[in-house]
Amino acid sequence: MWVQQRGRTIISFFNEMYDGDALRRAYVPVMDWVRRTPQDVIAQKKQEAEALFRRIGITFAVYGEGGDTERLIPFDLMPRVFTEREWRKLERGVKQRARALNAFLYDVYHRAEIVRAGVVPGDLVWRNEAFEAAVVGIDPPANVYSHIVGIDLVRTGPDEFFVLEDNCRTPSGVSYMLENREIMMRMLPELFRATRIAPVDDYPERLRRTLASVAPAKCAGEPVIVLLSPGAFNSAYYEHSFLADQMGIELVEGQDLFVQGEYVWMRTTEGPKRVDVIYRRIDDAFLDPLCFRPDSMLGVPGLMNVYRSGGVAIASAPGSGVADDKAVYTYVPEMIRFYLGEQPILKNVHTWKCADPDDRAHVLANLAELVVKEVHGSGGYGMLVGPASTAEQIAAYAERIKAAPEDFIAQPTLSLSTVPTFVDSGLAPRHVDLRPYCLVGREVHLCPGGLTRVALREGSLVVNSSQGGGVKDTWVLAD
Amino acid sequence: MLSRTAENLYWLARYMERAETMARLLEVGYRMGLMPSAAEGYRNEWASLIAAAGAAQGFAAKFGEEARQRDVETWLFFDRENPSSVISCIERARHNGRSVRTALTTEMWDALNGAYLELPAIEREARSDALLPKLCDWTKRQGALLRGTTETSHLQNDGYDFLNLGYYLERGDNTARLLDVKYYVLLPTTDMVGGSVDTYQWTTLLRSLSAFRAFHWAYGGEYTPRKIAHFLILNPACPRSLLHCADQAAFHLDRLSRAYGRTTFAHDRVREIKAELAEADVEDVIGEGLHEFLTRFINRNAALGQDVADGYLFGPQ
Repeated sequence: MWVQQRGRTIISFFNEMYDGDALRRAYVPVMDWVRRTPQDVIAQKKQEAEALFRRIGITFAVYGEGGDTERLIPFDLMPRVFTEREWRKLERGVKQRARALNAFLYDVYHRAEIVRAGVVPGDLVWRNEAFEAAVVGIDPPANVYSHIVGIDLVRTGPDEFFVLEDNCRTPSGVSYMLENREIMMRMLPELFRATRIAPVDDYPERLRRTLASVAPAKCAGEPVIVLLSPGAFNSAYYEHSFLADQMGIELVEGQDLFVQGEYVWMRTTEGPKRVDVIYRRIDDAFLDPLCFRPDSMLGVPGLMNVYRSGGVAIASAPGSGVADDKAVYTYVPEMIRFYLGEQPILKNVHTWKCADPDDRAHVLANLAELVVKEVHGSGGYGMLVGPASTAEQIAAYAERIKAAPEDFIAQPTLSLSTVPTFVDSGLAPRHVDLRPYCLVGREVHLCPGGLTRVALREGSLVVNSSQGGGVKDTWVLAD
Repeated sequence: MLSRTAENLYWLARYMERAETMARLLEVGYRMGLMPSAAEGYRNEWASLIAAAGAAQGFAAKFGEEARQRDVETWLFFDRENPSSVISCIERARHNGRSVRTALTTEMWDALNGAYLELPAIEREARSDALLPKLCDWTKRQGALLRGTTETSHLQNDGYDFLNLGYYLERGDNTARLLDVKYYVLLPTTDMVGGSVDTYQWTTLLRSLSAFRAFHWAYGGEYTPRKIAHFLILNPACPRSLLHCADQAAFHLDRLSRAYGRTTFAHDRVREIKAELAEADVEDVIGEGLHEFLTRFINRNAALGQDVADGYLFGPQ
């Protein structure tokens, strides 16, 4: 692996398939299939899967590049497998985190007890860009702010999971989880017949029920739910239309909605129709030009007034972003202790804040060993993976940190686990992460599966699709 | 259904039908170009195609006054600067479809997206005389695929009615324009009427409307402007005739009024158009002047389109 090739620190990666020479239990059925199936059949299935993806139109847009704006995410036929026992622990940890994050959000928009208690610094909350003063004191239905929590995890050992980041606003990628599974079931039906793999296809129905459970009190009867999308040019548009379709709800854009009286309405060919719950996939800033960015064409003027007076529910609630900041992240274990009185089940990665002089000194002295990220960045853009970078790249990055230290945090280079992946030469280990999706309504539910992203380049630790990452189906085997 | 969804479906159908018309127009040009001796004294048929496509200004601005076959092909099929070129239409149809994915069936999306995905390969093909007929066939096939999947897989609900309104409004407009090219643009001098060039042009027009055999079946014998005008304007059995298009538009508007329990101005307008066409005979049309008649139809048809938009709240209010 690259770390060894470069003659630096030798890190041993956790291999999810092999324990030394012994095949781990989770991978017995799938390896059995690989051994029985001729190479050319596998190659053909790979091609068929790719053709299917393109036909269905599952593409994503890459920003900042010319030419073909719709691309395919590479799909790997080899699944990533968990046993039920492994999954159960993970499930408890993710749900615990989702509950704590929601408790934190309620708290910071009400009495902010956690700040009063001196656990979280006030600056981190009130001077946070994602903090929305406009929603202070509002009680969202069921007191839930973040209805879909996507938690990015990496595995480093048999029972060791670290949380990389929390996504409380509008985590994307769930359509890949569902479509990956669809395609796997079409490609490998014999494996699904012979193995008990927990189904994920009830996710859209669960999501719909979660959204219905947080309908405002003013809503009488079956709530009308819509998915608010920025439109067909958005990179996640496929997912928006897919989810709306699967849930049987309307996919709307800002221009389809308007406010009149106490409610939000959508324009239909039969006249206005009242809307009770908005699952929005646009950022806070664009929701309502009268409340947030006045130049936004994507939102609905007056929406926030209706929200304040309890005429509509918005998922996730405006202001949810304050909980998934990379700096707030470091306090999540404290939140779990503070609100739930429990010990955190999932670990946080140790994080150095470059704004802190001592931390900064440590980071600058050890850049070659660390991963450095922009506090407000996402998508794997603008990060430095120290062990995989040249001396010049590191020096250049050090200058950026010195220029604006508060914009950067650093973490140790984690030994991300590997999962076998089809590459040109056959099966080879590649690094993966995991994003499971936790639904929070009146109940909390974790879908048994998730999105496994894989770094397809040998040795690479960057799994983002915009940086050459691919995806895999994620299986949870029933005992 | 969302007004925007209805609007997207309506335009999706219109663009797909328009792509087909452009391909049909190119076919007319191609066949006319194969005439043994293009007699002097009448205008170049490629120039008349551009006029018929309603694209003369844009074409002249880009390629100059002289209409060469390759340039016309480029403009009407490939050019993204021409909003009505086949490729522009297919891309717009697909974009409309993509915005309302949930209102389309998988089969319909496959047909639409399939056409779109083939475009790059088509653009890479070497240009030759053999290519044009292939392109025309390909385009008509894509239209047929979408139409077929719509019929066999789409729910026969209001969305289906908006799709069909798009199809029939566009088709009526297109038939009127094609007929107008032949009668008004191609043959401005009366001494050529009835000659071999004339006959050849009529058959080409019929062929391009996939109506050559149907015409013989229905009328037999010689081509006369009267018979053809009757066939393409007043014969309800001809699937591209103006009357048929008005009939179908009225049918789908009626379905909408039953489903929604209300009528719009579009209902009044379509009834007027239909009544006039149903009661007219071919002498009325010729008496008014074919070109004048067709122009009047095209304008009323456009007004009907606006009525549909107004009646069902298309576009931001």
